[in-house]
Amino acid sequence: MAVLVIAEHDNTSVKDSTNKVVTAAKAMGGDVDVLVAGANASAAAAAAAKIDGVRKVLHADGATLAKQMAEPLEALIVPLMANYDAVLFPATTTGKNAAPRVAAKLDVMQVSGVIGVEGADTFVRPIYAGNAIITVQDTQAKKVITVQATAFKAAGNGGSAAVETTAAPSGPFKAAFVSEEMAKSDRPELTAAKRVVSGGRALGSSEEFHKVLDPLADKLGAAVGASRAAVDAGYAPNDYQVGQTGKVVAPELYVAVGISGAIQHLAGMKDSKVIVAINKDEDAPIFQVADYGLVADYKTAIPELMDELGKAGV
Amino acid sequence: MKVLVPVKRVLDYNLKVRVKPDGSGVDLSNLKMSINPFCEIAIEEAVRMKEGGGGHAKDAATEVIAVSIGPEQAQETLRNALAIGADRGILVKAEGEVEPLAVAKLLKAVIDAEKPDLVILGKQAIDDDNNATAQMLAALLDWPQATFASKIVLGAGKASVTREVDGGLQTIDVELPAIISTDLRLNEPRYASLPNIMKAKKKPIDVKTPADLGVDVAPRLKTIKTAEPGKRQAGIKVKSAAELVGKLKEAGVI
Repeated sequence: MAVLVIAEHDNTSVKDSTNKVVTAAKAMGGDVDVLVAGANASAAAAAAAKIDGVRKVLHADGATLAKQMAEPLEALIVPLMANYDAVLFPATTTGKNAAPRVAAKLDVMQVSGVIGVEGADTFVRPIYAGNAIITVQDTQAKKVITVQATAFKAAGNGGSAAVETTAAPSGPFKAAFVSEEMAKSDRPELTAAKRVVSGGRALGSSEEFHKVLDPLADKLGAAVGASRAAVDAGYAPNDYQVGQTGKVVAPELYVAVGISGAIQHLAGMKDSKVIVAINKDEDAPIFQVADYGLVADYKTAIPELMDELGKAGV
Repeated sequence: MKVLVPVKRVLDYNLKVRVKPDGSGVDLSNLKMSINPFCEIAIEEAVRMKEGGGGHAKDAATEVIAVSIGPEQAQETLRNALAIGADRGILVKAEGEVEPLAVAKLLKAVIDAEKPDLVILGKQAIDDDNNATAQMLAALLDWPQATFASKIVLGAGKASVTREVDGGLQTIDVELPAIISTDLRLNEPRYASLPNIMKAKKKPIDVKTPADLGVDVAPRLKTIKTAEPGKRQAGIKVKSAAELVGKLKEAGVI
């Protein structure tokens, strides 16, 4: 069996999610190759070649792949599948955008958002926003799978696979990139952060949200997240949203401030290693999943926490 | 411009999901079913294109067709779409679970006959959470796609779509005909008014079967079991920030 993993990368480096998807691919058994599709992405291809357990890296480079849009990825990956039994994409917006296109072209039903691999053809995935977990068997000749990377441990970076060049699709394509506005931040990326500080509706305003959470996040070296309620109220930008309709995170430490703990939010953070909840409502559902709950008004609790962290040398 | 909007009937998003004790699936018996929230956003956007709202010129859309694939009761979901403002409905009657690949094939057959200029779908259904139908449909039609849309600006023969991507927003141009899938922030669907609910009852719904459309809807994947998610144990309540920091040190996370 041969499995192709589609790398998540920014043309210069490979994201940690790629290492995690490699782990999922290895659990299926067989050979694992990684595809780096980008523009001027030699550095990313070289980084992918270091991932433990990778047989070889395929590197496709061209202007059509600069933004990893769905149409060129489909044109690139579908012919490559003649050599593979399965293709695994990280369940990022890029992966989710392209994978079903590849699946449909191969006349395959995709297995989406996999959180467990039980063998070459058996996978575990959440449905209903994580309120039910199904085990599915996929006996199709070709398998197309998106992987919830946070559910897997990252493969190490001690390998030295060969890098092989493959042609980029030439186009033309009927969708064209115009522009992007990426949030700029010195903080770690939400889905990759080891620590996350999240705020909810209780923060009451955008100003308060940042005034309270930013210093705490900076002290902890944490990314900042938000509940959907806080995002919908305009306190935090949309890309902060943690939850089933936002981002799924699984950091070592998740601090929920003024978050009640709606099912949709819990679905996005309940796999965190240690969860701290600070909320003045002692009946808030967030306390049912928190390892450490502090029933207190954030207005007094966060300054105290900052002090105590300082005293503890953090 | 003719706009087609597929809509799915799902368990109402306010209801608690219960896994059947024998692990054979999720219990849906006697529970309220509603239009999938992302599909409702898709219908709202199409209707705004017709009425002239949300930045769209009036009559940008000349006809809005709602399509649902599901059991007889999916007619209610179509009536809901018609009450928001769709002009007519098409029901493809299919019992049981129909996977996104089969849904995309059925929709392709409908689209081959209806020839819309634009198809707007919800980005995912809140039951199976696949996030696949729009992309699969685009591939089968060889149309461009703009998924996870938070803004749509129609132009001559094209649409500029702002997409919600990891880390920010991306704007792309797609040639029409095209497939667009909706994210949460595209619009806020209206509440259908009573007169419009009454009017919707008189709008036509055409009923077809997968056989009429020549599509095999047999599932490709087999669900072996359905389980409750692992429950996280509630931990302890701490009395102060000092105690909290102590516990976090013990746990080795700070």
